[in-house]
Amino acid sequence: MYWTLFWTFLKIGTFTIGGGYAMLPLIQREVVDRGWLTKEDFIDLFSVAQSLPGIFAVNISIFVGYKLKKIKGGMVCAFGTVLPSFLIILTIALFFTQVQDNVWVEKIFKGLRPAVVALIAVPCLTTARSIKLTYKEMIIPVIAALLIWQLSVSPVYIILAAIIGGLIYGLKIKRH
Amino acid sequence: MIWLQLLYVYLKIGLFGFGGGYAMLSLIQADVVERYNWISTQEFTDIVAISQMTPGPIGINSATYIGYTAIQNAGYPPMMCILGSCLTTFAVCLPSFLLVLAISYFFSKFKNNKYVSAAFLGLRPATVGLIAAAALMLMNSQNFIDYKSFIIFACAFILTWKFKLHPILLIVLAGIAGLIIYW
Repeated sequence: MYWTLFWTFLKIGTFTIGGGYAMLPLIQREVVDRGWLTKEDFIDLFSVAQSLPGIFAVNISIFVGYKLKKIKGGMVCAFGTVLPSFLIILTIALFFTQVQDNVWVEKIFKGLRPAVVALIAVPCLTTARSIKLTYKEMIIPVIAALLIWQLSVSPVYIILAAIIGGLIYGLKIKRH
Repeated sequence: MIWLQLLYVYLKIGLFGFGGGYAMLSLIQADVVERYNWISTQEFTDIVAISQMTPGPIGINSATYIGYTAIQNAGYPPMMCILGSCLTTFAVCLPSFLLVLAISYFFSKFKNNKYVSAAFLGLRPATVGLIAAAALMLMNSQNFIDYKSFIIFACAFILTWKFKLHPILLIVLAGIAGLIIYW
């Protein structure tokens, strides 16, 4: 059973490119179709894993593992999910130090870096759209970004303030 | 000292990393690049690019890579760098593990909990700010070396935003563009 869990999550970790949500259909197929969890259970796990901090894929693999085989299961599943990434990146890191001063590699990365910035800037807008941020609410992300960027405020404080603000607004103000 | 600091920083990232990989980037940058100067903005950007292109979650990929690079930049041999990778990867997962264990005990209460949903009223808009901060912190003279950088940025932005180009394809195209432009 532990081997099956390990292999399943190893597969999930290997074949998902581009982040946590891309692995969702794969996880669902492996976990639900094997009869490990019902579809309803899986959707519940998904929504809770989403509201937890940390890496989504790791969260969901620990949840599934724990549900099936308690702490050991959680460890095995998390290990399976993390291992492919770990080995691939380690190989690249070992190799990249040999070539990073190569003129060609430098040229490639000169072109690549501004594109990476764009890759991060776009989700900022798409997230704003998907959570239906109003113009009035826009003040929250603007202030948060300025505090971090210009005043070097730790994002941890921003997150704590956001949680406290959300609690006050959601539980006190919105009710009246 | 760097070992304890890496452990502390990555436990923090694992514990406060709400809102997915991109929002997590600002947490990583704030400590790894800005506060402790373990790696440069350029190295960080390169690591994000490589983490995007390789299988697995960006949070794990970048943790493994940054653990390696930070130790390497501190002057340690490759064997110790691998240990650095292990440390950061383990540290970023540990809070998840403890949280899942804690929550599993009162799972049904956590689901649709009014405190959790209230907290997310604040967390959701803040996530947008965290992602924006990650992008803004990368917009410096290390990544934008001349006017050509801005052209690449604008093209990449439009291709991703309007034409929904796949991130991996975009990174490959930008790399080719770099080879041609800086020939």
